[in-house]
Amino acid sequence: MKQERWPGLIFAGVLLFFYVPMVVVVANSFNASRFGTRWQGFTFDWYAKLFADRGIWDAFVNTLIVGGAASLAAVVLGTLSALCLHRARGFLLRFKFGLVYLPLAVPDILMGISLLLMFVMVRVELGFTTIILAHGCFCTSYVAMVVLARLQDFDFSTMEAARDLGASPVQAGLRVLFPQLAPGIFSGALLAFSLSVDDYVITFFVAGPGATTLPLRVYSMIKHGAPPLINALSTLILAATFLLVGLALRFRNKEHTP
Amino acid sequence: MKRRGNDVTTWLLGLPGLLWLLALFVVPTLLVVLIAFKPSDLYGGTQAGWTVAAWGKLWSPGFGRILLRTLGLALLTTLLCLVPSVPCAYFLARQPPQRRNLWLLLVILPFWTSLLVRVLAWKVLLHPEGFFKKVLVWLYLVDANAVLLYNTPTVLLVQVYAFLPFALLPIYAAAEKVDFTLMEAARDLGAGPAAAFFRIFVPAVAGGIWGAVAMVFIPALGSYVIPDLVGGPSSELIGNKIAQRTFTDRNLPLAAALATCLMLAVLPPMLLALGRRRGNREGLY
Repeated sequence: MKQERWPGLIFAGVLLFFYVPMVVVVANSFNASRFGTRWQGFTFDWYAKLFADRGIWDAFVNTLIVGGAASLAAVVLGTLSALCLHRARGFLLRFKFGLVYLPLAVPDILMGISLLLMFVMVRVELGFTTIILAHGCFCTSYVAMVVLARLQDFDFSTMEAARDLGASPVQAGLRVLFPQLAPGIFSGALLAFSLSVDDYVITFFVAGPGATTLPLRVYSMIKHGAPPLINALSTLILAATFLLVGLALRFRNKEHTP
Repeated sequence: MKRRGNDVTTWLLGLPGLLWLLALFVVPTLLVVLIAFKPSDLYGGTQAGWTVAAWGKLWSPGFGRILLRTLGLALLTTLLCLVPSVPCAYFLARQPPQRRNLWLLLVILPFWTSLLVRVLAWKVLLHPEGFFKKVLVWLYLVDANAVLLYNTPTVLLVQVYAFLPFALLPIYAAAEKVDFTLMEAARDLGAGPAAAFFRIFVPAVAGGIWGAVAMVFIPALGSYVIPDLVGGPSSELIGNKIAQRTFTDRNLPLAAALATCLMLAVLPPMLLALGRRRGNREGLY
């Protein structure tokens, strides 16, 4: 059958649409012109200025702390939730699945405003703790979904075999189930971490005056204009994303070819 | 190991996550609805007692316009994301595996790229002195004084840009499983390429299309970042109003009432998506 040409053309158009804006940002980050209107020569100045900016370093460190703490909480709670979901039947399954699924579907701004209102009502001071709690909430759902998908491929008869051979339930869990689940838990953690370090809207609502994360910083730079610096920072974020996605995919492909 | 009820272990495994999500998701959500009926005080908090004052303030033509704009823009965004996604998914699914993985990678990368960075890219591109503007002026498509930023069409453009990968991937996941010999059979039986595409391929990926609708329409209803960064006062959405009531004039009951409206708007598509998800628990991941 002759292959039609137009789906390919549409796909090429979509790729151009995706990448042209990103290429312009990357190019401008090396452009000596302050407003990026025309090419005035190649420079690393914006990167040098960026690395000299203490505020950005602080925000970067804050982001890593929040991402680490939130994904740690999410990995524990999400994995337990996935194990529960896999075993549950009837009401518990429906209720728990809804509870895990809805935070994934709800728009960020609703999660942000509702958490802010609760923190205000119970008089928790806004700051690191509230950001970590908020991120830990949506990250838990993501980890649970990833681990649940992994559990569906797990052959539970190996657990029964371990039990028949004299392993205690805990031993069987730790030495048979856990090693099989580990890649799923790891990719769930990676997903949780990347969502946390990327989150703006929810963080914006629950961050106090003292705790600034990188996305909050990036946002105010975009909003109030710091053109060349933000291009350089964005280029670094793009590079980090591409690197991480590449690693994650390589990791997953390796796993699929035994 | 077939069981009917749930044993103690299952409950114990579920309990920590259950309490965590109850405290950080269910309670705050219910609190939003309650606070919408509280009187505000002068210090940005709430007072004792109950009132519908916040709802009275919402009842205005201005708010009706914002609600309609939010709904309309979310619908248009969803539609404009679906239209190119379906043929792209078709194209990807028909590629030989080696090349397909490369193309797929190029779709997954923007999916994972920071939303803020991608919005910034358009701000740079559409800047009054920017590259895109110059091209358009050179082509005599716009006037040299035209402003390309801070209006509603730009918000729509950037939303489509931001959400397109979220529409493409679920449709591709469905397209990957389509049996293309059916299309060949349709062609052999005399259907034209368009008929085979619309009557065999599109119905076969309907599940993916619904997934894409959920992935685009729901977040588009709650859109805040994009209208705030590339929109103007005439393109404010309900999300912007929630943020303004929260941070600019600190009227929490009014912000809560707005959030309740948004919740009511996203509830039907969300329950629909949840129903579909339970049928097929594998989903995207």
